[in-house]
Amino acid sequence: MTTTATRPPAPLPEQRDRSVLTRLQHLLHAQATIGPAVVLLVAVIVFALLSERFLTPGNISLILQQVAVVGTLAVGQTIVILTAGIDLSCGAIMVLTSIVMAKVAAGTGLPGLPALLLGFAVGTLCGLLNGMLVTRLKLPPFIVTLGTLNVFFAVNLWYSGSATIRGTDMPSLLLWTGQTINIGGTRITYGSIMLVVLVAVMAFVLKNTAWGRHVYSTGDDLEASRLSGIRTARVLLSVYATAGLIYAVAAWTLIGRIASASPQAGQTDNLDSITAVVIGGTSLFGGRGAVVGSLIGALIVGVFRNGLALAGVDVLWQTMAVGVLIIVAVSLDQWIRKVKA
Amino acid sequence: MTTPVLQATGLVKRYGKVTALAGADLELLPGEILAVIGDNGAGKSSLIKALSGAVVPDEGEILLDGEPVSFSTPIDARKAGIETVHQSLAVSPSLDIAANLFLGREKRRSGVLGSVFRMLDRQGMREEARRQLDALGIMTIQNPGQAVETLSGGQRQAVAVARAAAFGSRVVIMDEPTAALGVRESRAVLDLILQVRDRGLPVILISHNMPHVFEVADRIHIQRLGRRKAVVDPKSVSMSDAVAIMTGAMEPPQAA
Repeated sequence: MTTTATRPPAPLPEQRDRSVLTRLQHLLHAQATIGPAVVLLVAVIVFALLSERFLTPGNISLILQQVAVVGTLAVGQTIVILTAGIDLSCGAIMVLTSIVMAKVAAGTGLPGLPALLLGFAVGTLCGLLNGMLVTRLKLPPFIVTLGTLNVFFAVNLWYSGSATIRGTDMPSLLLWTGQTINIGGTRITYGSIMLVVLVAVMAFVLKNTAWGRHVYSTGDDLEASRLSGIRTARVLLSVYATAGLIYAVAAWTLIGRIASASPQAGQTDNLDSITAVVIGGTSLFGGRGAVVGSLIGALIVGVFRNGLALAGVDVLWQTMAVGVLIIVAVSLDQWIRKVKA
Repeated sequence: MTTPVLQATGLVKRYGKVTALAGADLELLPGEILAVIGDNGAGKSSLIKALSGAVVPDEGEILLDGEPVSFSTPIDARKAGIETVHQSLAVSPSLDIAANLFLGREKRRSGVLGSVFRMLDRQGMREEARRQLDALGIMTIQNPGQAVETLSGGQRQAVAVARAAAFGSRVVIMDEPTAALGVRESRAVLDLILQVRDRGLPVILISHNMPHVFEVADRIHIQRLGRRKAVVDPKSVSMSDAVAIMTGAMEPPQAA
């Protein structure tokens, strides 16, 4: 650092010769979504070779529909996990808000838009409650959301009277997400399109706003963020509330997908959304990852299940494949985190 | 006599039955490096926390350029121009260098992109980060877009020091900046501290490392039992005498 001011500094010795493996580690460290994107691409190619039906417009449309609900949940789950939290209650919030939207509209004749907005408000409030418990009572997010998962699910059963609300009793706006438009011969639901838009917006916000940076740094090192003048409690509160709102959007997609609102729907969607986030390269330890990765993660799960089914593989082996993917993804994350200069 | 940049008089801080500060004084003169040394429990940390806004003293007064100030949070102290480099560094490892320099006070783009879409001025922040690193002669860091977790301990320290130097307009406080570093890295950080001083910013340096203290400090504040025991000149007092005063084995010379 003494006399090299006039010419560009020499590269650090460690950076001169790197093995292929180290370079790969650095690449994955800088771009966490590359790994999942490659896995998705390879999976699509392999399944397309295994089955002629895999790449048909009808099948692609089916995969996208199957992925839309969990993918939307995964967007909210991603921002929570980026803060080193976890949200087990996302599925319960989704089901509760879907019941609220549908029952209010079907029972009181409230038009579609106010019913929808009411659902969004309920979802946001549920998320806010999670955030308050995490920031005020300083409870671990796992425990908070394990508790609220049961609370929200019970409220959902009570409010719905354990009865499913049929789509024919609802205003058409609530079912709009299940409608399709034809894009290049493939019928795409509005729910799937909404997911892509949501991912794009969230990716933009996380990358380009101070709030996005604070989400990452809060998850990365809470104390360092606090000392840097970030109001970390406020960041966490806003993250859980925003996640709640996104789960309400997922509820809208869910109603369109199953053309009804069922209090028993989406029971395992909370774990499926975490699966999508983890396979998508976001670290469970917080501070590292991207929302685009979670969309890819959801697609990987969808493609694996669909492709293996088309290849005639039993559903139990599909489940095992997803399990192996999770372990591989987390091991990869651990390895990437050990990156050195 | 010149007005001290930062002056504390009669600071008292009690934690239950424990008195951490028992009427402590401190004076930081313009353009100097004031080292603060003291045994464990002498009240160094409490003194520094009071000056950086991390704790609120029960009694006493803090003057900044002769004006009384009171800080209830570290943000208040920062706004007044006092930057602290914490021992834990307070950097976010997964973010890049530029993002860390501006963490908590990001710059937004001008116009609609900034005001409506809240877009960050990434380019501007990177350039500013580059300038700050260059100004301090931190040449081993090549790219402000590099993630902090890929840096060595000394380089991370350099990032934290650069942040303090960039935003500190009045005072920079450094808490044990060389404690976790090797010989070569310590050397580089000591050079950085001298550079910050040479740019006109007075520095308060807390350290346990006597050779480091004696190398860079202009004056040495010796803290003992919650009070300022003495202020000595490193050129006229030996290292062993300073330690003796610090531990109470020797009384300080009168003309301190």
